[in-house]
Amino acid sequence: MHVYFDNSATTQPAPEVVESVNEVLSKYYGNPSSIHGLGVQAEKLLRRSTELISEQLGIEENELVFTSGGTESNNLAIKGIAFAYQARGRHLMTSAVEHSSVYEVCRTLEKHFNFEVTYLPVDRQGRVSAEDVKKAMREDTILVSIMHVNNELGSIQPVEEIGQIVRRFPKAFFHVDDVQGIGKVPLSIRQAHIDLLSLSGHKIHAPKGIGVLFVRKGIELYPLLHGGSQQNAMRSGTENVAGIVAVAKAIRLVKEKEKQHAEHFFQLKQRMVQNLEKLDEVKVNSPLDRRSFAPHIVNVSFPGIKPEVLVHALEEKGIFVSTKSACSSKIEQPSRILQAAGMAREQANSAIRISFSMYNTLEEVDYVSEALAEILPYYQKVMKV
Amino acid sequence: MASRNLPYEFILIRYGELTLKGKNRKKFENILHEHVLAQLKDLNVKVSKTHGRMYVYLNGESVDVVTERLSRIFGISSFSPAIKSGLRLDEIKDNALKAVKAVDPPPSTFKVNVKRKNKSFPYASLEMNHHLGAHILRNTKNLRVDVHAPDVEVFVEIGERAAYVMCEKIPGLGGLPVGSSGKVMLMLSGGIDSPVAGYLALKRGLRFEAVHFHSFPFTSERAKQKVIDLTKQLAVYAGHLKLHIVPFTRIQTEIQKVIPEEYSITIMRRLMLRITEGLALKNQALGVVTGESLGQVASQTLHSMHTINAVTNFPVLRPLISMDKIEIINLSKKIGTYDTSILPYEDCCTVFQPKSPKTMPTKEATARLEERLAVDELVDDAIRRTETDIYASRYASRQEEDQTNELDALF
Repeated sequence: MHVYFDNSATTQPAPEVVESVNEVLSKYYGNPSSIHGLGVQAEKLLRRSTELISEQLGIEENELVFTSGGTESNNLAIKGIAFAYQARGRHLMTSAVEHSSVYEVCRTLEKHFNFEVTYLPVDRQGRVSAEDVKKAMREDTILVSIMHVNNELGSIQPVEEIGQIVRRFPKAFFHVDDVQGIGKVPLSIRQAHIDLLSLSGHKIHAPKGIGVLFVRKGIELYPLLHGGSQQNAMRSGTENVAGIVAVAKAIRLVKEKEKQHAEHFFQLKQRMVQNLEKLDEVKVNSPLDRRSFAPHIVNVSFPGIKPEVLVHALEEKGIFVSTKSACSSKIEQPSRILQAAGMAREQANSAIRISFSMYNTLEEVDYVSEALAEILPYYQKVMKV
Repeated sequence: MASRNLPYEFILIRYGELTLKGKNRKKFENILHEHVLAQLKDLNVKVSKTHGRMYVYLNGESVDVVTERLSRIFGISSFSPAIKSGLRLDEIKDNALKAVKAVDPPPSTFKVNVKRKNKSFPYASLEMNHHLGAHILRNTKNLRVDVHAPDVEVFVEIGERAAYVMCEKIPGLGGLPVGSSGKVMLMLSGGIDSPVAGYLALKRGLRFEAVHFHSFPFTSERAKQKVIDLTKQLAVYAGHLKLHIVPFTRIQTEIQKVIPEEYSITIMRRLMLRITEGLALKNQALGVVTGESLGQVASQTLHSMHTINAVTNFPVLRPLISMDKIEIINLSKKIGTYDTSILPYEDCCTVFQPKSPKTMPTKEATARLEERLAVDELVDDAIRRTETDIYASRYASRQEEDQTNELDALF
């Protein structure tokens, strides 16, 4: 059996998305900036994609920038605001549990560009408190960047509440990294008063190399890439037409059935957690509380066992899961995020992440649970110091 | 979300220019009712109309969504989220209090404004003002009455069967419902002015069919797409709009060949107007709307208008005639056509722009020069080859767009 439970790292592209990519690459290969018919067709594809995405996200059509992925979207949002609006103020705010493409950008701005950054703490569930945001807001705050759903724990941040606070500070923008949230936990951009929102294609069954950034009308970003002034000069470079069509289709696929999918994820999570709790010496870090945790992520610690070993042992049975987030899992250090949530080193050091997609089934959950039940006692015995 | 709606379950719509009476009023109401239904079609709401008001029962839909839709409809003067209340005094009191308490941010001053349409209601309006004001004062903290410039005005309308309590009056677009004044043809070039002229025509209740002159390869596919986009944007205010694309290459080439450069624009405009008149006849339209503003360019001097207008007996309406460029630009930004209008694609007017067009062409000289062209044949041929499509706004449901675009299959 082959069970892919590492969907927060990346997802399998949907077959219908692959089909569209294939067709765009072979038929509509014109450069959207060319003035001849092939170019016009490619441009039309961009427009249809933009229309479709704006409709799904409830925004205007000229509020989208296509990027190379979640990392670029986050970089463009944060550096773009910091550099464009530094005259208004040099204070930024983020949390201690952001993805590295937010966290490291903030660290760089702090170290090399003379910005001040407040890193908000989180509670034991990995959640920022809106009250803390309020207290940390300053006259010179120009950006608050808080993720919607945490990529390791699945914690849901109080994005709407934070939006209500930030909107009262006319100089401050609100950026939300929604890479892990879209299609899993509904969020209304307008209702949460979000100014910038990052999405990634490959987390929702589109290919790698395509991302989306929502930029509210009227906001100017200092571009990361200068060149031919594509996309209103916010992101130069010939547009990745096939990727853009793919992400538009993928957004439709996950948004149209967002509620149904969330229900399905929750069923899987429920079964997984119930099964895990039957095992000895297991600590589930992402409980079944639906208000605070996304339904598609199960983070679980096996104290005493090196998570890398467990990942490989499961792999032998055709099961794919991960330790921490894939982007940082090659570094052997306890998770920054779990530690920020106040977890003991041992618990933070021994966590694996199981993450579902719409393609996963209850049978797969049971198969993985059985596999764990089978291999755990062995490793618990041999690895105990 | 339902929670943001609380305590409102209704939206009350006010309309009507008071001058409208009798039969006209009925017709006006019916057309407006259709527009409201069409804009709210995909929502789970119910719309009813009685005694010069329309009521939208939200049925769980969001106030914000419905508000946005209603802001696109001509003929609505204003509207308000409303609580429907029973007619007992204590019920009205409680609902008025509920409404005031829900105002965000909390107001510090208020005033009550009761309209008693139901004359059998036992309390007079003034009396009601006092009852409600007192009740609100007694049950809130930090709230004072200010009858001149209150933070919030509590409107109460007492009808035959129910009362409606409101705290906000949102201005509508005004004007007359689209279609209530008949149909015209709009000459739509793709620039800044003509879409604004179209918008103003809609505002006075005219429905239009747009006419665009397309001169491929002198003008590009993108120029055509631009006009389609403008039509879709205007359809936001009209539901659906028809767009006629007139093939104009042959005529422009002929003009280049035989007409002196300084007269080319005048004669081109005369041919355009003839074609538009022909399309108007074919589509039962009774006039032509253009985006001309007096003196803006050579073809828009009084002399030019005189000479160009001479080819038709149809009324040529020019809603922008007295507007300054900056006013037109501001309006085009407001109605959402500006960003599309300024896209830098050649249109039929710019591509063969002469260096020094005649600003004072005479009818006689123009007519003489025109004899060099087979005018009737050129006009008939262009009308015959005209392609027509219907476009819906991007808000209208996708299935309705009669676009059989193979590109759509990719999504």
